[in-house]
Amino acid sequence: AAQLFCTSANMSRRYDSRTTIFSPEGRLYQVEYAMEAISNAGAAMGVLAKDGVVLVAEKKITSKLLDTKAVGVRREKMYKLDDHIACAVAGITADANILINICRLAAQQYHLAYQDPIPVEQLVQSVCDTKQGYTQFGGQRPFGVSLLYAGWDEHYGFQLYQSDPSGNYGGWKAAAIGAGHAAANNVLKTEYKEDITLAEAIPLLVKVLSKAMDTSLSADKMEIATMTKDASGKVVHRIFDSAEMQPFIDAANAEKAATGAAAP
Amino acid sequence: MDYLMGVKGPDFVMICSDSAASHSIISIKKDEDKLIPIDSNKLFGVAGEAGDRVNFSEYIIANVKLYALRNNTELSTKAVANFTRGELAKALRKAPYHCHLLLGGYDKSTGPSLYWMDYLGTLTKLNTGGTGYGSMFVLSLFDKLWHPNLTEAEGLDMMKQGIAEVKRRLVTAPSNYIIKIIDANGIRIVKNWDQDV
Repeated sequence: AAQLFCTSANMSRRYDSRTTIFSPEGRLYQVEYAMEAISNAGAAMGVLAKDGVVLVAEKKITSKLLDTKAVGVRREKMYKLDDHIACAVAGITADANILINICRLAAQQYHLAYQDPIPVEQLVQSVCDTKQGYTQFGGQRPFGVSLLYAGWDEHYGFQLYQSDPSGNYGGWKAAAIGAGHAAANNVLKTEYKEDITLAEAIPLLVKVLSKAMDTSLSADKMEIATMTKDASGKVVHRIFDSAEMQPFIDAANAEKAATGAAAP
Repeated sequence: MDYLMGVKGPDFVMICSDSAASHSIISIKKDEDKLIPIDSNKLFGVAGEAGDRVNFSEYIIANVKLYALRNNTELSTKAVANFTRGELAKALRKAPYHCHLLLGGYDKSTGPSLYWMDYLGTLTKLNTGGTGYGSMFVLSLFDKLWHPNLTEAEGLDMMKQGIAEVKRRLVTAPSNYIIKIIDANGIRIVKNWDQDV
């Protein structure tokens, strides 16, 4: 992969080994390599709807031998950061665990100081500031994780953010990370419409995921989570179980078969 | 000793403080404004040791301003109260700030609120509250006079009755006071004994 970034063969190798220095062309190779690692990882995507946010992800660890009752393996992609914020991760799982813990800490520290839930963007900013530190000093490699954050706060309502190893982040109406994210983003660009509802967004995302994955969808290979408000106005984070996912999976698989959409 | 009293109505908070600044038996000034705005719709009434009063309130106000600049949004009165309480609690077992505070604020979404804090990091939300020797005479008077549908005029009258009681019964009663109100329109001075507003 290093060859792809070289202007002349192997020149870039001299600027690879330390994370905290620029190449002559002004690039941070370690950050770029981190993003390369993520584009080989399980896909995750999200859509911001009028009445909530939906996150969908592809699981890569799907062995029959997995003890799915064990806490550590039950969730691979979807995590709750606070009562009103959740995330989906793509990349190196061990790195992701560290960042998720940092996010949860930041959320509770804010709550301890202000007795209020942390605004979603502030949480994203704070973990991104940490990620940026690893690209500038300390000589440690960046985190090989991109995250999609879904949350609600009283300032801006439902929100969807994406962050990457550079420590950059953006607010999105729809976003995809991990394997096939470029193609997924293209599909989302054409299919997303303003005022989309959650009921429309979930099947859309499952369809996009099925296009991004090589194999056909099944409940043990994916996760779906939503961020909504219940009747009393309380923010609810729900991770779908297999039974809840099945109707969406069936619909997406049927559509794939019907259109004869076989990836070459 | 500094006199602070606060009263909350359905759509306003009124806070009164004396405006005496003294050093032992010497009166330094009689027009010291101890009701310090935090932003356009919250203020601190700060009582206690002279240096700590200014140092601590300026520290909190600077942090509130920094938050607003960083995050493009203002903290609610409740958030400022809890943040302030946290700072008092952190400092308590290191180098305590010897201040009592009343925090009054008006938030668009939740209306008026009044918080009482002391140097130990006690925080409580109140309808009426205060500190100082004078408050010993006035707290029970306010208990009698307060009701949930208090108007601004009634609030001002309560404050005046409180000040009258302090002057009647406290040996070293301050001569001048300042009363401010916070409502949907922000902060304004209701009565300033020194300037006879």
